[in-house]
Amino acid sequence: MPNIDPLTRDLWQVVAATDEITPGVVETTILLDTPIAITRDSTGAPIVWRRTDEEQGDEINPASIAERLPVTSGYGYIWTSFGNPPAELFPIPEYAEADRVNMSCGSIGIHVSAPRAVENFLDMGHFPYVHTDILGAEPHTEVKEYDVEVSEERDEVLATRCRFIQPRAAKSATSAMEVEYVYRVPHPFCSVLYKSCPEDESRRDVIAIFLQPMTEERCRAHLLQSMIDSTSTITDLRRFQQTIFGQDKPILENQFPKRLPLDPRSETPIRADKSAIAYRRWLSQKGITYGVIPAAG
Amino acid sequence: MTFTLSDPTWYPIASSEDLPFRHVYQGQLLGRELAVWRADDGNVNVWENRCLHRGVRLSIGINEGAELKCQYHGWRYANRSAGCTYIPAHPADAPARRIQNRTYPVREAYGLIWSAANDEQPFRPFPGAEDKDWLPLRPMPVNAEPEDVLAALARLDQYADILPGLSIRSGNVIWFVQPVDAGRAVIRGLLADQPAEPLAELRRYNELLTGLRDRLERAATRKPAPAPLQPIFEKVSADLATMPEIAIPRGNTMTVVVKRKWQSADGVIGFELAARQGHLPTFQPGAHIDVHLPNGMTRQYSITNGPGDLMSYVIGVKAESAGKGGSKVLVETVREGDLLAISEPRNNFPLRRDATRTVLIAGGIGITPLLSMARFLDKSSLPYELHYFVRSGEQAAFRDQLEALHGKVIIHQGLPRDEIAATIATSLGEWSMAQHVYVCGPSAMLESVRATAAAQGWPDEAIHFEYFKNDKVIDNSSSFEIELARSAMTLHVPAGKTILEIMREAGLTVPSSCEQGACGTCLTTVIEGEIDHQDVYLNNSEKASNACMMTCVSRAKSARLVLDI
Repeated sequence: MPNIDPLTRDLWQVVAATDEITPGVVETTILLDTPIAITRDSTGAPIVWRRTDEEQGDEINPASIAERLPVTSGYGYIWTSFGNPPAELFPIPEYAEADRVNMSCGSIGIHVSAPRAVENFLDMGHFPYVHTDILGAEPHTEVKEYDVEVSEERDEVLATRCRFIQPRAAKSATSAMEVEYVYRVPHPFCSVLYKSCPEDESRRDVIAIFLQPMTEERCRAHLLQSMIDSTSTITDLRRFQQTIFGQDKPILENQFPKRLPLDPRSETPIRADKSAIAYRRWLSQKGITYGVIPAAG
Repeated sequence: MTFTLSDPTWYPIASSEDLPFRHVYQGQLLGRELAVWRADDGNVNVWENRCLHRGVRLSIGINEGAELKCQYHGWRYANRSAGCTYIPAHPADAPARRIQNRTYPVREAYGLIWSAANDEQPFRPFPGAEDKDWLPLRPMPVNAEPEDVLAALARLDQYADILPGLSIRSGNVIWFVQPVDAGRAVIRGLLADQPAEPLAELRRYNELLTGLRDRLERAATRKPAPAPLQPIFEKVSADLATMPEIAIPRGNTMTVVVKRKWQSADGVIGFELAARQGHLPTFQPGAHIDVHLPNGMTRQYSITNGPGDLMSYVIGVKAESAGKGGSKVLVETVREGDLLAISEPRNNFPLRRDATRTVLIAGGIGITPLLSMARFLDKSSLPYELHYFVRSGEQAAFRDQLEALHGKVIIHQGLPRDEIAATIATSLGEWSMAQHVYVCGPSAMLESVRATAAAQGWPDEAIHFEYFKNDKVIDNSSSFEIELARSAMTLHVPAGKTILEIMREAGLTVPSSCEQGACGTCLTTVIEGEIDHQDVYLNNSEKASNACMMTCVSRAKSARLVLDI
């Protein structure tokens, strides 16, 4: 096993959407450079183990799997760990609200490190250029001042008062509106976004991205939407999110180096990058070395 | 031979025909990726293939002809200097800091583009290069070590001459091995003189090289692959890595040659100031330079150039001796061939390049910054209107440059005062979202545009103007102490005297120019104390930062100011 920092080893890591795993059938993937296999037992409970000679699609008796990795389910996904994971996953309380439409929006491989993908998710400056006419458009290129804090109590990065004018902020949006965002980074490789909901002004849609670090330079993005939308179909809502992600993918894959550099002098920050800077510093202070280029010294 | 990242040899990295206009070619040399692109003026740029902001490849960027635009955040970099000219996330303060992408030396010759890892060696033509009409052959990439490729080429012809820089002369062909990495190369051939049947010749050589490649790649699989070269991404400077709330431009002086001096219009003299070597620094539309005059004075002049146009700066000078005689010296005594010291370009008049409609209003010599803005907007095909007010047609400067623009350029001649106001009102129209107006001209015109725009619904943020003069009445009634931190001196500033005057009386040499709080030359960092700003140079947020001031007009609200002097 390659050199994985202790913190990354002890984290819960996402590996698959629960619904996409058929009980008794093997699904294979890679987590932290290690081939793993996933299935579910007859009650639907997930099982994850280090892959040996199993192949994708093999039928297997789940009871025969002896050496299992820790496993948990949350937000529609299966999570595992190579170390001693915490008792609970980080909280997304909105997921439990009765009237929300919760859906997984697919798992997309990207040839870039997981932290690079998190940083891209936090970034508003690219909306007019990468998501033209959906999440942003010229002339609205300005990133207004926003607030960022690292909450010690919750151990997460929190960016608030983020505002951006969007031509079509959500599937249910019909015209341009100034959207207010809150970004949370409650896990080194996961981020949760809250945005004003076109359908109900008093509530917020939730979009989360859970990144599965496959290697230091490759990951899979697992997307969750938890929406207040009474009109769109789940297929449409998924397609919308996949379109957005499809636009990010080629840009991310052209980022160099592929691992996220944590030295403040490796890239040129501007005021709009406040949340990215806080995120890089948070990773650095935690001692995360997987998928990043640590700052020297 | 082991390849190193710092090998100073010039190698071919592309064919000229790989660089059509408005395209970015991805080149490779010694483990590095290069963004190679031709600007509309023909200049070829070879840059590190990485936007300095978030590392995205510039070879997927957009070549706008004079600037390259990164696809991730829209940052633009100028032809020649690779200096960043625009950051869309913060359009109001342009790039106040010097952000420059890494560039590599480049030469276009014999149908090939040549580059090197550094500037240590001058480019030298290969022996016998000059007297032939060379035809580049189709390049052949090979997954093999560059020396092995060279040796295989040598074996093709026992009479071949090995030349310096991984090249070989074999009959009427010269072969160059471009070292892409420790285990990868590209064979580039030049055929002396154009053959009678070029297609057949090209095909013949292509077949030859294909066979050679197959043999080389088979041999390469039988030996251990060399470790790839690891390019080092150089760190950005410390001041770029920190994020000052506001950036205070501070320029160095450089020497330029007066390349051309001409009468651009009745009462306006044009000066073309060229770098003594290479190109001048990147500037943004609306930027100005401080020109140090032979009589010791300093004056500000706007750069009229278009994007990526950095071989010289063109300025316009009003012939009638304005102010304290600065321009008069330029007009009367400076001649072509003279040397002048100028500052780096500074920009207090940043142009937004994401507006749906831009209105530019110039009065007299105020055309200079607006001409530059119009040229930038024009090159990016953004909608704009330029209204130029002159007393008579003969006074319209830079006519040829204005006529070359594709936007709406209207020269208003000899209008009476009330008609000027009416024309301004019509030109502006009612404001709507994402419209901006930029104005430069006499104070009366500035005021007229501001008042008219405000009356027609234009918000403050949409009205941009540049003062060359501070018309405010300066209140110099206060008295206070100044402590000069670096000079270890405490001085008393009485009512009626400026900080600048008191420092000079104490024997200090301090720069100044307009001495009325308009130009920014005497900008000074303040370490402690509360400042009473009275200038028109700093914007409100800069003033609110309480971290800098103009020593020519600013005073103290507190009993003491500590200055970084």
